[in-house]
Amino acid sequence: MLHYESTVREPLVNGNKDYHQVTEDIISPIEKKPGKLWWIALGFAVTMLLFGVWSVFWETYWGIGVWGENRTVGWAWDITNFVWWVGIGHAGTLISAILLLFRQGWRTGVNRAAEAMTIFAVLCAGQFPVWHMGRVWLAFFILPYPNSRGPLWVNFNSPLLWDVFAVSTYLTVSILFWYSGLIPDVATIRDRAKKKFAKFFYGLCSFGWRGTAKEWQRLEALGLLLAGLSTPLVLSVHSVVSMDFATSVIPGWHETIFPPYFVAGAIFSGFAMVQTLLILTRKILHLEEYVTLGHIEAMNKIIMLTGGIVAMAYITELFIAWYSNVVYEQGAFWWRILGPYWWAYIILITCNVVSPQLFWFKKLRRNIPFTFVMSIVVNIGMWFERFVIIVLSLYHDYMPSAWVYYSPRWPEVGFYIGTFGLFFTCYLLFAKYFPVIAVWEIRSVLKTSGENYKQKMAALEQKDTEEFLQEVQHEHALAAH
Amino acid sequence: MAIKQYVVASFRDEDQLLPAVKKVRMQGYKLYDVFTPFPVHGLDAAMGLRQTALHTAGFIYGALGTATALLGMSWIFVVSWPLDIGGKPHFPLPSFIPITFELTVLFSAVGTTLTFCWLNQIMPGVKKHIFHPRQSDDRFVMAIEITPKTQVEEVKQFLLNNGAEEVQVQTAEEGWWYGLFSKREKYDDINPQWSVQ
Repeated sequence: MLHYESTVREPLVNGNKDYHQVTEDIISPIEKKPGKLWWIALGFAVTMLLFGVWSVFWETYWGIGVWGENRTVGWAWDITNFVWWVGIGHAGTLISAILLLFRQGWRTGVNRAAEAMTIFAVLCAGQFPVWHMGRVWLAFFILPYPNSRGPLWVNFNSPLLWDVFAVSTYLTVSILFWYSGLIPDVATIRDRAKKKFAKFFYGLCSFGWRGTAKEWQRLEALGLLLAGLSTPLVLSVHSVVSMDFATSVIPGWHETIFPPYFVAGAIFSGFAMVQTLLILTRKILHLEEYVTLGHIEAMNKIIMLTGGIVAMAYITELFIAWYSNVVYEQGAFWWRILGPYWWAYIILITCNVVSPQLFWFKKLRRNIPFTFVMSIVVNIGMWFERFVIIVLSLYHDYMPSAWVYYSPRWPEVGFYIGTFGLFFTCYLLFAKYFPVIAVWEIRSVLKTSGENYKQKMAALEQKDTEEFLQEVQHEHALAAH
Repeated sequence: MAIKQYVVASFRDEDQLLPAVKKVRMQGYKLYDVFTPFPVHGLDAAMGLRQTALHTAGFIYGALGTATALLGMSWIFVVSWPLDIGGKPHFPLPSFIPITFELTVLFSAVGTTLTFCWLNQIMPGVKKHIFHPRQSDDRFVMAIEITPKTQVEEVKQFLLNNGAEEVQVQTAEEGWWYGLFSKREKYDDINPQWSVQ
């Protein structure tokens, strides 16, 4: 009776599992040598990464002028990519922190991979503002440290500086959260390891964890505390990112709805990326029983919800532009929809507003190929959302004589490709050498939510009332002794 | 570092472990520790452990972060170099809030995590004795310290009677030491093997 959960809820772990089977399923791929597919994927990722390094080198050597930006459009691909990557990271924190606080059991199957995705995405995001500085060797000027120039300090009124603090705090806290949860699973790999190097490496990474009662108690306290801290943190990060725009006086940027609008968009795109990664990961590592259709459907529901919020924000923006009677605001939206970049706005609406509506059908929510395609569609849409907000608010500004068209040049595109390389290199290494599913968390929900255990519940639920009551009383009497 | 001997018992299920822990304590045996592959709720109560004070530490670190950010920014903008930025006041509290919040979170998270490592005495390069190779997989392991008064055979029988799957006596160092898990331990040759590896 200790482990009871209604059979109305879908099992979180399918198949006939015990604790050892869970360990075997998730840990044994780590102990095997990487396959051909993995090497090919890693080769692709590293190639992309190297192309990115070359693009960034080119940009740093010649200066920002090699990018397509001009006097009117001062921010373009680079900042678009920054916002896009940071946004993707948000889903990982939502899963690991907010769903933990809301006691959503289904997070256990997906949180580890999603948190890893967060870290790698934020790592990629961080590259863009840093290399956008041009003279990157002076990047440390953004930190407030006592210096011999006065001391001349940074401007604490500037949202760009808030961003420095927000993103670096976010990266740090995400790493702490992720790694503290990883330690017990690394200890499992260590205790199973046969090869000397594996014992050495996982021994170091496990910090000497043994899983004593006190260690677990403290780990759960730490997890809860970090979840409590990460929840407002994740909301603050994208709010601060949105303030980079909202506190300016550019029509199309100067909007009070930006913080919630950006946060919802971030979660929207982040869950899409989680779907992309997990659909591939579960297939390749044969983890279909841990990342079930139920998990995928739950995430699709969140995509629908946040997609709805984003759609609402688009409508509000348009309405307020009309209602405000400010000619420049109206102009910004006129040129956004009817200017030479009209097709970007069409892509945005199609991908973010129209296509997620298909998720109203349960059949499609539980359809894996469809979800996979949708996850990519949503990510394209969210990239265009940032592009539309940034470039399409700038390219037709106050003075028609300054109106321009903007197109990216190869170093910007190469830089973006390079961050994909960085992201997938990190993710492939992680998925090969660390458990992509939190094994100890699965163990702790197994008896309540495992399919084979749930079947026993079903028998219990169908029992005759009198018989059931008698048994409960009997058990209570036993427990009292 | 003290070398000690332990009676070690492995259990297959947490539902057997919890009553056994309680009974061991009632018998007055010296319970060294219990090792589980996941947090078993109720175990801390059964062992008579207090709730951790990690939350309080987290609050204190957070407050320290808040104070650092607010005092730091105020001192810089008001005392060190009062700079006129668009005619705004030198003490613009609202625009200090985001950084104050971020530093609160940063201090609290980093401080609590370090405290967590310190309390658990865990760090890369730290080694501790592993009683059972599957204590991080599917076995629930209880270690009882052998004192001069301990009747080893009696304890072993007691554990077997209370649901233990296998019981053995092990010699090991009590605490932690600097070492690598790839190196064998001094007492590995003396200690018996578990039938389940």
